[in-house]
Amino acid sequence: MAALTEEQELLKEQAKSWANEEAPVSKFREMRDARTEEGFDRGTWKSISEMGWAGILVSEEHGGVAMGHLTAGVVLEELGRQLTASPLLASGIVGASALALAGSDAQQAAWLPRIADGSAIVTLAVDEGPRHAPLQTKLSATADGDGFVLEGRKAHVLEGLAADAFVVAARSSGSAGDAEGLTLFLVDGDTAGIDRSRLSTADSRGYANVTFTGVRVGADAVMGEVGGAAEVLDRILDRARAALSAEMLGTAAQSFDMTLDYLKNRVQFGQVIGSFQALGHRAATLFTEMEMARSCVEAALTAIDEDADNTAVLCSLAKAKAGDFLHHMSNELIQIHGGIGMTDEFDAGLYLKRARAAEATYGNQAFHRDRYATLQGL
Amino acid sequence: MSDDANLESFREEARAWLADNFPSAISGRGAELVGMESVSRDPDLEKWRVALGEKGWGTPTWPAEYGGGGLSQKQAQIIDQEMRKIGAFNPLPVMAGMGITMVGPTILEYGTEAQKQKHIPPICRGDVFWALGYSEPNAGSDLASLQCKAEDKGDHWLVNGQKTWTSGADHAQWIGCLVRTDFDAPKRDGISFLILDMDQPGIETRPIELIGGSSPFCETFFNDAKADKDEVLGELNGGWTVGKRLLQHERQSQTGARASGGAAAKVTLQDLALKYVGADDDGKLADPDLRARIADHLMKAQAQRLTTQRVIAEAKGNHKVSAAASILKNAASAVSQEKDELTLEILGHQGLGWEGHDFQDHELAAVRGWLSAKAMSIYGGSFEIQNNIIAKNILGLPETTQKG
Repeated sequence: MAALTEEQELLKEQAKSWANEEAPVSKFREMRDARTEEGFDRGTWKSISEMGWAGILVSEEHGGVAMGHLTAGVVLEELGRQLTASPLLASGIVGASALALAGSDAQQAAWLPRIADGSAIVTLAVDEGPRHAPLQTKLSATADGDGFVLEGRKAHVLEGLAADAFVVAARSSGSAGDAEGLTLFLVDGDTAGIDRSRLSTADSRGYANVTFTGVRVGADAVMGEVGGAAEVLDRILDRARAALSAEMLGTAAQSFDMTLDYLKNRVQFGQVIGSFQALGHRAATLFTEMEMARSCVEAALTAIDEDADNTAVLCSLAKAKAGDFLHHMSNELIQIHGGIGMTDEFDAGLYLKRARAAEATYGNQAFHRDRYATLQGL
Repeated sequence: MSDDANLESFREEARAWLADNFPSAISGRGAELVGMESVSRDPDLEKWRVALGEKGWGTPTWPAEYGGGGLSQKQAQIIDQEMRKIGAFNPLPVMAGMGITMVGPTILEYGTEAQKQKHIPPICRGDVFWALGYSEPNAGSDLASLQCKAEDKGDHWLVNGQKTWTSGADHAQWIGCLVRTDFDAPKRDGISFLILDMDQPGIETRPIELIGGSSPFCETFFNDAKADKDEVLGELNGGWTVGKRLLQHERQSQTGARASGGAAAKVTLQDLALKYVGADDDGKLADPDLRARIADHLMKAQAQRLTTQRVIAEAKGNHKVSAAASILKNAASAVSQEKDELTLEILGHQGLGWEGHDFQDHELAAVRGWLSAKAMSIYGGSFEIQNNIIAKNILGLPETTQKG
């Protein structure tokens, strides 16, 4: 369990001070107001890459620093506190995990060094409808000569506009709902037939809908086994879920700190409002939830690093508990701040919007409760 | 030798000693033989208690000079692990009442040399049962408003008053009480922690029947009861500090959800639900709403266990009482009570039996358990009091202006 190592403590301090000084929430606000096309700032991304974080999971032979998932979580939590927008999660965590778990030697050699130095953004294109449902994949992969033709549409692809390559979940056989028949492809973003449209979302981050019209790829685009990708896709998604949970924990922790600060300073009825028992108890309840969520997030990240048997259970637990807490906390952030919390000038709204988007990504609480129940034999 | 090598050789030592001393006849029977309300007089259990007491391994981390094991936290964990492997158990924490979990650590911290010599060794041997006198009928959570008083009679203290919720007082040898020793001081400044011998005519106890039936709780009455002059623990009129410290130990001892131990843990909620509610064609629980709520509960329970582990890990093996105990107590109570609610719901009408052959033992136990567990969020500082502690001591919010 996670009593952090000295190295992780140092990195946490580094990430915290960098985010505070170079990528604070005010910078996110500037990017939102400028309606930056890609949903993140290229300068911020360059700094993140230069610090080595884009390669935080990539092996040293491919140019990364291979520091593991718990360490990655430490960084993501600090970025989550400031709502720092970047492709770190989509590419450095999810893209890198997809290549590490399912990529061929050639695919890894071609893309991992570029993920690690931030020169390429590789994202996972999985969901097709409004809700996370990997097995419902319909996008078809039809064998054609020595390759495949992809036909279909992916929705809400993280960093979909900026991506240089997509890891695409496609159906090479069977029908929507089947675990059998899923295949992963690594597709260069420039391939003919790919069309992307930017989505403008409440959380102002980078998403695109991506359509694949007669997209021809070679056999060398297949990641892993044709038709047998369900299991590895789940493992890639679990890494995504655990990492996103760490970011969500940071977003919620910052919301908590803002609220606590307000409770200690805001005076009404002649007293600091934190002296009202009804508010003190709400703060105590939220803090208790935060402690529980943190334990789950750290346990999931540690399980991935240790390749533990119960990794899937812990990843669903982490995403659900981080989601429950962030949901509750972001609502209380607004409510306890009262009218000021409703103003766009104040940051609370930015946290609320990001909270709901992160909850919906890679499976919301309901998805993970259902998965957890199934994994527990229920 | 490195630390690890030392621990490995200690593990060998522990294994060998357990093999020589734990009677295999009582393997796996801890829950059956040792309960809060009754401890069996099984001769093997008695033999085991004596062996553990002599070795000091019933209180492994306590100082050896007072009868403890003098071991590190890690060594204590090893003993625990090795005991589990062979179905062995440590009966002393239950047999000593509040002696091992609360009173002992507090005496070790605040006691005089003479108090330690007198009280700690019998606790380590499991020879004595301790009760605690904190609550009073009209004080409730407002502990400092207690009225039970001790007067200085020169060579002894004369005690008059009433305590309530005194667990196990009807078979305790000793009781540690918070009593008022100065009526003129501000209410928290006139309290002392006084130790009384229960075997005297001035003390009477009466068991309290609760909503779930019989209970370990008693009312305890003091009518000109006496305590030795040197039985004040800590400073005279400094009992509030000692008492608060003891309560931290109490919370710490209540931080594990009950679900994690005992014989009941063998049947899971999942098993019970599939048996009583049934599954649909996909093998999923036939009631999807209940399925989601059980999953939610299992997640909370796992989160609570992981948090307990994390708090211990972050203390780096130094298992000391911390403010986190309030968080853990509230979470453990909530999880445990929710489990009881769900169990009852799963059992349906079979979950409402009071007695008789129309109900299976585990069904009757579920009903009694559900009722008695309502006390978890009341005793040891209520849910609300813990939240006050979290708000003030952890979050640094000001003292509340509205007393609840």
